[in-house]
Amino acid sequence: MISELIINAFLVTVMLAIGIALLKTRTLIFTVVLTSAYSLVAALMFITLDAVDVAFTEASVGAGISTILFLAAMAYLPKEEEENINSQILPALTCILLGGILIWCSYDLPEIGLLSSPVHQHIVPDYILGSRDDIGIPNIVTSVLASYRGYDTFGETIVVFTAGVAVLVLLKNNTQTSKQKNKNSKRKVS
Amino acid sequence: MISSTIGIWNYWIVFLLMMIGLFLVIGRKNFLKKIVGLTIFQTSVFLLYITFGKIKGGTPPILNNAIETVYSNPLPHVLILTAIVVGVATTALGLSLVLRINSEYGSIEEDEISAQDLVDYHDQIETSKKIDTKFIQ
Repeated sequence: MISELIINAFLVTVMLAIGIALLKTRTLIFTVVLTSAYSLVAALMFITLDAVDVAFTEASVGAGISTILFLAAMAYLPKEEEENINSQILPALTCILLGGILIWCSYDLPEIGLLSSPVHQHIVPDYILGSRDDIGIPNIVTSVLASYRGYDTFGETIVVFTAGVAVLVLLKNNTQTSKQKNKNSKRKVS
Repeated sequence: MISSTIGIWNYWIVFLLMMIGLFLVIGRKNFLKKIVGLTIFQTSVFLLYITFGKIKGGTPPILNNAIETVYSNPLPHVLILTAIVVGVATTALGLSLVLRINSEYGSIEEDEISAQDLVDYHDQIETSKKIDTKFIQ
């Protein structure tokens, strides 16, 4: 049991290293590649934490599709991030303060993997029994997703549809912008 | 002592990762970096949820015929499956907004964009003044 937790602690530390590298780099293509690596290590962690469905969704959608989206957008964007002129002290202080409070509160959280922690008590035993007796699907995640919480999945479909329509509307007007670009450049010259 | 430290080590690192994501969102001026920060924040929240669902010695929540199997909690897995897909939809929407901003302003740095807006505003004020003086004459 303890070896599982040690593997976990190792993987999550690798993720922290990737996060620190993300803070340091200024080249946007490195940023995108590091984000992809971050998602893949997260997928590994999900496997060690027994969440196999989430792991393959994260590996295909989080590490695959969003990296493709980022790379496709990168083709039209500047390649380097510019040096910040303003100081970053205020945001950094906010983050350090908030992180300190969260870590302080983490002492009240239940230890990882205890069967007696409150999350496991309420409705999950019913779902596990019901998945076998009422629905008859061996994968409990599937039966909860499609049956017990079907409305959630329906709402998710609506959100994805709305986002797709919004992306189409935003990118459709790109032909109009070349004129405005000309106008802008003329104004800069004058 | 060691086992209890490892027991909440995940939480600590996950909170640090959240703060890295938050800093990328509020501390950096580059819009692409901001979206990357959102992704980092999201993935660390997923990790927190999945960590809650883990049971020591549990198996993945797929039914088998063995007696007395302990299954890890499937409910966080379901919630996070939904959240991953919605997160990619959000990323796509944000990226298309960034593309649109880039074709409009020729830059994705927050400072430059607000500077250009300021110049535009002053231009507008001056042209309106000219129109006023024309009317007066």
